[in-house]
Amino acid sequence: MGKIKFYLPAVFFIAIAILLWRGLYLDTRTLPSMLIDKPMPPFSLSTIEGSPISNVDLPNQIFLLNVWGSYCLPCLIEHPTFMRLNEEGAIPVVGVNYKDRNDLALEWLETNGDPFTFSIEDLDGRFGIDLGVYGAPETYLVDADGVIRYRHVSVLDETVWQEEFIPAIAELRAESN
Amino acid sequence: MIPELGQFSLILAFCLSILLGTLPIIGAARGNVLWMNLARPLAAGVFVFLGISISILAYAFVTDDFSVQIVAAQSNSLLPMRYKLTALWGGHEGSFLLWTFMLAGWMLAVSIYSKSMPIEFVSRVLGVLGMLCFAYILFMLATSNPFMRIVPLPPADGSDLNTALQDFGFIVHPPTLYMGYVGFSVVFAFAIAALLSGRLDAAWARWSRPWANVSWAVLTIGIALGSWWAYYELGWGGWWAWDPVENPPLITWLFGTALVHSLAVTEKRGVFKSWTVLLAILAFSGSLLGTFITRSGLLTSVHAFASDPTRGVFILGILGIAVGGSLLLYAIRAPLMKSEFGFGLVSREVFILINNVLLVVSAASVFLGTLFPMVYQALTDDLISIGPPYFNAIFVPLMMILVLFLGIGPMSRWKRTSTTYLLQQVARVAVASLVIGVVLPLIVLFEFSLSATISVALAAWIVLTIAKDIANKTANKKSFAKGLRSLSLSYYGMQFAHAGIAVMLIGVGLTSYFSSERSVLLAPGESVALGSYSFQFEGSESMRGPNYIADRATMRVTRNGAPLPNLYPERRIYLATGTPSTEMAIDAGFFRDLFITLGEEKENDAWTMTVYVKPFVRWIWLGSIFMALGGTVAAADKRYRRLRQRKQDQAKETLTSMEPSVS
Repeated sequence: MGKIKFYLPAVFFIAIAILLWRGLYLDTRTLPSMLIDKPMPPFSLSTIEGSPISNVDLPNQIFLLNVWGSYCLPCLIEHPTFMRLNEEGAIPVVGVNYKDRNDLALEWLETNGDPFTFSIEDLDGRFGIDLGVYGAPETYLVDADGVIRYRHVSVLDETVWQEEFIPAIAELRAESN
Repeated sequence: MIPELGQFSLILAFCLSILLGTLPIIGAARGNVLWMNLARPLAAGVFVFLGISISILAYAFVTDDFSVQIVAAQSNSLLPMRYKLTALWGGHEGSFLLWTFMLAGWMLAVSIYSKSMPIEFVSRVLGVLGMLCFAYILFMLATSNPFMRIVPLPPADGSDLNTALQDFGFIVHPPTLYMGYVGFSVVFAFAIAALLSGRLDAAWARWSRPWANVSWAVLTIGIALGSWWAYYELGWGGWWAWDPVENPPLITWLFGTALVHSLAVTEKRGVFKSWTVLLAILAFSGSLLGTFITRSGLLTSVHAFASDPTRGVFILGILGIAVGGSLLLYAIRAPLMKSEFGFGLVSREVFILINNVLLVVSAASVFLGTLFPMVYQALTDDLISIGPPYFNAIFVPLMMILVLFLGIGPMSRWKRTSTTYLLQQVARVAVASLVIGVVLPLIVLFEFSLSATISVALAAWIVLTIAKDIANKTANKKSFAKGLRSLSLSYYGMQFAHAGIAVMLIGVGLTSYFSSERSVLLAPGESVALGSYSFQFEGSESMRGPNYIADRATMRVTRNGAPLPNLYPERRIYLATGTPSTEMAIDAGFFRDLFITLGEEKENDAWTMTVYVKPFVRWIWLGSIFMALGGTVAAADKRYRRLRQRKQDQAKETLTSMEPSVS
């Protein structure tokens, strides 16, 4: 045993090297969530206005879950898209206010408009960990049964909406009919 | 024609590196002095031809030779000269050539500053470095030739350097980071040479220490520059994002920090020998892993190099042969090493062991967090992502424990320290640190926060234990000044670096919890208040830079009514690509930074913008400068240059190393 232990680093390394080699041939360009096709993680938090909220309060139809923060400049870029979707009643958008400060978040919505059905307050980012959030902005497409079906990392502008979300939503609608 | 000369020179360097990687090592094994003596001239030759090669590539960039593929891809005729020159490392091929050239630079330095080491050892060190050069140049020639031409029709102009890179940070960050990274190859080569010779003794540790210290110092600066650059250029006001490409330098740094400490024990006390060698291999692996991750597109990150699996396979091959081979060598040779001195449960050896364990565990958890998403995918085909919460939750507590021991370690003695003595030394210091931690943030920031208290208390703990230790060490000298002069440079280096941790802690703790920011829409004349600061938007104007057009806002800044310098955030459009980019305006200060990023123009000349106040953020980088200075000062200790001492040791060690002690 005395001498064997000195081989341990080499053994560890070989294991890691095999994984790295395997990793080369994986597609990591797209960043789907670990939760694709899995139900939304259970949560019991409050909205940024302070009322308690949990999974049962989520819309009973297809909706978007948008991770945002007042500190997040790209969120300003995608914000008009959500405002438009909300005005047109195209799809409900639930916000996740990720690792923000409550007063700043409320102020941000006041300045820029509030397109969200409600915004879940995730002060310490624990809900973000459950969701597998990389950082704001991120948007998830959730179906009527509360199952996450699609994830988009970074800005959701009109192009992304047209090219990624509209087909994905159409597919979901076709599925449920 | 000229770029082909660069290519030719690269091939010559390649041929010389084959010789360097083989002849001196074989010579050392056979006792052939002639072959061993080839090491120095061959190392110089590799350096010279790589130097010619990189100069020619730089010339192609400076003269806008767009027939060279990477010049066309990364440069543009409108680009200012300083960026034309540095666009060389704006892409994969050029930066790899820079990396290899730096390795050759370190190699040359070793061949010059190694006069006092036995030629057998020097030739092994240079031989190992030569093998690395060989592997890197082969990689370039096979998969990423920087001199590739576009024939027959070169473009009229280049497609421009990524606009995010057109910045001072880009000029200094990559070279410094590479320099530090590559420096650990030298320490690695020392370790391998020692393993090859079977002579792992105090002399080996003493020879490696200055190199380890300097590499560590340069890497510290390289990482800090990256953090500073990200802070002001990326515009998020963050200074660390746990990005998959930021992490490998940190992993290397953590292993390197452990190595710098463990080398001290090996040199002074002759213990932890095999552990120190393992750390040298690990630190080097960290640097190679960084290359692998950046170049292979293995992980999704903001540091985008074009992803190419063949390159990944190649680097993995280098990684496998270099690291796998050296770990195997370690497994064969390490059992021969025998630690000769015992030590007590409370002793400096044990404190450094704790330091090592904490640092290695931190490095391992960062490593795990960085690679886990990929490992998970490889095993299950599912995807997962790990963000900053994971890293903070693990890394921060580990560092706090480390800092607690950091205060006690330097006060302890080798072999055995009495617990009562230590407690007696630090009891009052501990109480004082707690008091300072509670009171100081209240006085300065008028606010109580547990996190600020912890950071300030820990920083006070470091500073006070240092003061106490210096007081103890000078107490029985005639005068304080004389006492100070009697302390060695390596002691000062250590305390300097430790003080750097304190400075950085204050920066990290206070910035993380007292920063404030607001995003607003301002019409000309309107203002926004943030704490005691007020930012008034005066209006915006269009202007033209050398290769961009910009909208520039004028912001009048006041604090409690008293005027501060105006700030001018910009929104630029780069002409070559039409890429928009935000240039934030910063008023940097010792106690706080103010900065503004410009968003978009709305109706009536109004603009969206975000204003930030970041207290003590500069201290993060100031602390890094302290640490790097400490490392450099320690490396300059005259102990490493004392020739006579060395000669004696060598004579002694040649005798003992003839027969490795067998248990």
